Amino acid sequence: MRTDLAIALAIARKDAVAELRGRQAAGATLFFAALVLLLFGFALGPDSRRLAEAAPGLLWLAIVFGGLLTVARLHQIETDDGALDELARYPVERRAIYLGKAIAGLLAMLALGGVLLPVVAVLYGIDLLAAAPPLLITVVLGAIGFAAVGTFYAGVTVRMRAREVMLPLLMLPVIAPLLLAAVKATAAALGGDPLGELGAWLQLLAAFDLVMLLAGAAGYGYLLEE
Amino acid sequence: MGTRILGVGALLLVVAASVNGLFLVPADLNQGDAQRIMYVHVPSAWLAYLSFGVTALAGVGYLWKRDLRLDAVALSAAEIGVMFTAFAIWSGMMWGQPVWGVFWQWEDPRLTTTALLLALYVGYLLFRRLTDDPRRRAARAAVVGLVAAVDIPIVHFSVEWWRGLHQGPTIGSPERLLDPAAPSQFVIALVSMVLAFTVAWAWLMVRRYQLARLDADLEELARRGRVAEARRAGLAAQRVEEATR
Repeated sequence: MRTDLAIALAIARKDAVAELRGRQAAGATLFFAALVLLLFGFALGPDSRRLAEAAPGLLWLAIVFGGLLTVARLHQIETDDGALDELARYPVERRAIYLGKAIAGLLAMLALGGVLLPVVAVLYGIDLLAAAPPLLITVVLGAIGFAAVGTFYAGVTVRMRAREVMLPLLMLPVIAPLLLAAVKATAAALGGDPLGELGAWLQLLAAFDLVMLLAGAAGYGYLLEE
Repeated sequence: MGTRILGVGALLLVVAASVNGLFLVPADLNQGDAQRIMYVHVPSAWLAYLSFGVTALAGVGYLWKRDLRLDAVALSAAEIGVMFTAFAIWSGMMWGQPVWGVFWQWEDPRLTTTALLLALYVGYLLFRRLTDDPRRRAARAAVVGLVAAVDIPIVHFSVEWWRGLHQGPTIGSPERLLDPAAPSQFVIALVSMVLAFTVAWAWLMVRRYQLARLDADLEELARRGRVAEARRAGLAAQRVEEATR
């Protein structure tokens, strides 16, 4: 179990280094997600109250769109020169490979959240600092769940035809509960949680994360089969 | 022959249960004739869930036994399940318009869950179409089907909460039909329809499975044909090379 974690961290580190050295792609994804937020403003604005009301949903949609590109890219860099086959041949547990890719995905998702939160604050006129702790917990739990599901489905689609459309098609219905819970938790956090429902939504997010991590770790090995 | 008997039996049962549901049972006091839609809506929803259960189980079976026949079962069930899911949504909308006044009621957790169910399994079927190698397709489809099955309870739970954390259900649910207090005529009409639909489902499953096996044979023949052709082409090229040497 300890070695699994060590292997996973090594893989995540490799991905992080690759991402940082090939900065352009990661930066472009962040910029794209911020651009989505700007476009939502055009679609719903210029009424700033309406934008502030819709902000939790728009934030998470932007995270989802940016996240789709992120998890796809993290698998794409493995297939470009057959690295995934090499990875699959290593005498290590497949779940460690999954966990490593998921940790790399989580780091990228956290970066995405870190960039988008201030953008939302500025564009939609929202005071984030007042609700910072619950917001951060929500973003972290949401990022874990997205990375868990996204890594699995990126592995499913990485070598297939029409993967650009198949990844969102397979993945979006599965993360519907995550989107729902994350939006509700964000709205509750921003609104000061008058109904006391924040805890319930965070629990749902945590349960989703756990179930999907286990399912992904169990299923990922079958994806690397020849 | 057995399949044909099953098919004819299914047809007779569905016709008999339909005649009963349409003409013999009285209309509902509140909803009028619209309530009769429930007699096809509820069985469709039940068969959708049954189908996806079969898909998940057949997937587990495939990963365990590595028998492509189980993969054919999973495919058949998923395809039939998508059909019944679509029919359940459509019939629900036809009922919702006269009774609720809208086709789509976001506050109904069952409707939203079912819509996601449809999306999950349409994705599953498309995924199968776009993967060529039969064994790779079978293993991956099994895993995709299992993750979808794991997701369904979470989806249902979250959607239920979404509507309900601070608001009780406001709309009469179709499940009231199964209330033991409901007049027995209605209960019998619904139960007989569920039975008839389930027999029809079994017949569809057998036929679709047979078709899936034929498809698999065809795929294998085509693959062998390609191999033979490539070999012939290779030999011809060799001969040309020898002749020109």
